[in-house]
Amino acid sequence: MLVELGHFCLALALSVSILQFVLPIIGIKLKSTRALATSTYSSYLFFCLVSFSFISLMWAYISSDFSVALVAQNSHSLKPLIYKVTGVWGNHEGSLMLWILVLSLYSLALSIIGKNIPLKIKSIVLSVQGLIASAFTGFILFTSNPFLRLLPPKLEGEGFNPILQDIGLAIHPPFLYLGYVGLSITFSFSIAALILKQADSIWIKWVRPWAMLSWTFLTIGIALGSWWAYRELGWGGWWFWDPVENASFMPWLAATALLHSSIVAEKRNTLKAWTILLALIAFSFSLLGTFIVRSGVLVSVHAFASDPSRGIYILLMLILFTGGSLALFAKNAPKLKSGNMFSPISREGAIVINNIIFSAAAATVLLGTLYPIFIDALTTNKVSVGPPYFESVFIPLMVPAILLCGFSPMLTWKRAVFDNIYERIIFIFIVSILITSFLIYIRNGSAMTFLGIFLSIWLFLGTIYDFFERILRGKSFNEVAKRIVSYPRSAYGMSFAHIGVSIFILGATMSTAYKTEIETSVQIGDKIIVENKELIFESIKQNQGPNWLADVATFRISHNESDISFLYPERRFYPASQINTSEPAILSRLFYDLYIVLGEKDIKNKNFAVRVYYSPLLNFIWIGIAFMAFGGILSLSDKKHRVSYKTLRKNRNLSIK
Amino acid sequence: MNIARIKRRRRILFLLLGFSALSISGTLILLATRDSIIYFYSPTELLNKNNIENKLIRIGGLVKTGTLKRKENLKINFVVEDGKNEIKVEYQGILPDLFREGQGVICEGKVIKNNIFSAYKILAKHDENYMPPEVADALKKSGKWREGENN
Repeated sequence: MLVELGHFCLALALSVSILQFVLPIIGIKLKSTRALATSTYSSYLFFCLVSFSFISLMWAYISSDFSVALVAQNSHSLKPLIYKVTGVWGNHEGSLMLWILVLSLYSLALSIIGKNIPLKIKSIVLSVQGLIASAFTGFILFTSNPFLRLLPPKLEGEGFNPILQDIGLAIHPPFLYLGYVGLSITFSFSIAALILKQADSIWIKWVRPWAMLSWTFLTIGIALGSWWAYRELGWGGWWFWDPVENASFMPWLAATALLHSSIVAEKRNTLKAWTILLALIAFSFSLLGTFIVRSGVLVSVHAFASDPSRGIYILLMLILFTGGSLALFAKNAPKLKSGNMFSPISREGAIVINNIIFSAAAATVLLGTLYPIFIDALTTNKVSVGPPYFESVFIPLMVPAILLCGFSPMLTWKRAVFDNIYERIIFIFIVSILITSFLIYIRNGSAMTFLGIFLSIWLFLGTIYDFFERILRGKSFNEVAKRIVSYPRSAYGMSFAHIGVSIFILGATMSTAYKTEIETSVQIGDKIIVENKELIFESIKQNQGPNWLADVATFRISHNESDISFLYPERRFYPASQINTSEPAILSRLFYDLYIVLGEKDIKNKNFAVRVYYSPLLNFIWIGIAFMAFGGILSLSDKKHRVSYKTLRKNRNLSIK
Repeated sequence: MNIARIKRRRRILFLLLGFSALSISGTLILLATRDSIIYFYSPTELLNKNNIENKLIRIGGLVKTGTLKRKENLKINFVVEDGKNEIKVEYQGILPDLFREGQGVICEGKVIKNNIFSAYKILAKHDENYMPPEVADALKKSGKWREGENN
């Protein structure tokens, strides 16, 4: 009954979202304030209906209602409660429900926070949100309905993909979607600016926090997915340039560019058309990401089984939103007032170069991701584009971006005098070179490795130098303390994020370059030596989990005589789905990760296949990303963002015409 | 100099910068793709290819039931078939979790002589019901595809 009610609410939500789209348009045509004002209420109503619908689906999972086809296919009564709940979005239909739930949440948030945005702008923004909402709700209802009943009902569910039973993966989609869908707000604001042909300085102040918020969520979401792949897939790697990873990486690159250009747009009131274009592109990448993951056009470790009609529907949506918005941009962008001027050597200039590099990087990732589709469509060949392509294209593009990032915060706005920072750059360069040379002296490695290390040190020193220089400009101790306190949070955010990038580069470089991999077959009592560490295979025992049986091995790891730890890699068997999985065990220290995978058992001689990875500084990858995300949150908490929404109240009467 | 001219000059400068960034990345792409595009063949297609030896490729099909043999040092042999033709695959290492006889598989590696494929990477998919599109196509071509059963 609840399921039918949920289904009904979803159908109602579709009509509400269509109203949310249409009524503001009528309001503008007829100059009716009342019709415009409905958009706020539509967004409230849409949120209520979608949440109810989502909760009813979740309830079907929790209560293991196997008369619902989706639940019967994807759940199992023996599954732990937390994975029943997160299992809602562990499949195609449910993940789309999560998509529109997040969308409705963003529209609601905009309606509430943006109470004082001029009605005309706000209702156009909500109208575009309504269009997106109706397209996706329609997609769910017509091609991927999660509420279909099964007759006769099943007695037991068909289980749930055991590899997906992991907390990292369970919370990865919500964060990723908060990022993806957050870009819809910047998209809608851009459309509103294009329709009204005005993007003034207050407009960019409304847009920027949403770009920052989406970027932060996207960063966390991608990191969680990568962390899951690292711990769960048993390959010891954390990024595979898989099409689905690229699908989330492209919006991230575009959002990073957007984040930087919106700073220029806000501070200097220029580059606005470009910022609008980036917002359109970023959301298009989100849609493309959804298309790639959901349509199954690409071979991927993540692909859900799917049928082609869905792919065509999403492709049509992609064409509508991307094509439509770009056409609108081409038509109306030249009518936007052009902004202030700046010299190529200035903070703006540096950010423009950053934008160009990030756009080029997104374009090359796009090319590599879509190339197999083109080849498949145009020829009879089937190809795949491997990591070597992405590594040899992406890394060289990032080198100038990082070099630039090391000193561009020191440049002044509008027109920088290079002579003023020349000495600092030389100083940082020499120190970085000295540290890198010292490392070359003590350890072997390839040129690429030392380039990575150099860039990391360069960026770190550049960021720290800039920060301290600003702080220490004060003469006395008190003045310095005052500067530390009053230093804007958004500037702290930038420093944190850039230091995060530097830590990330170090971790990624070191863990890749100095990784050791051993694959062998062991008996109880055997010894494996990795990087001065002794691993002894001590015992194996059977274990039983809620829905699996497992062989659990015990490895004793001795670093030296006093430092001993144990690792318990498992090999699980899930009777419900007849699947074997390996659960790697990871000893994670600050400076290295030791990773053991237990493979299959040899029946004849009772040997176990074992794979061991030693990766130095792997944790720096996660620490670096955490710094980036924290930087985003810090910057978001800057009071100027709140102010830009609050001061509206005072100017309210002025801005509504 | 009037402002409009300075502006135009700036715009041209940025366009040039953008253009050079794109052309540099284009060149990098061309350099990179020469050996990082991996072609996929079914066992039947492979039979008709000449000069395929020692080139990095992917093959895919079903793991023929009853052909999986384990040897010492994690060495593994099995046969990949598409219903019409088959090829013997050699691999050393731990097989992925979802590797099973009778299931779809993709192997990356090289053909060494005598219709033997030496794989250095084996991909089996997450979803137990999922068939890699390439494998599905290969099976359709050879007529071994059974609708509903493999999907």
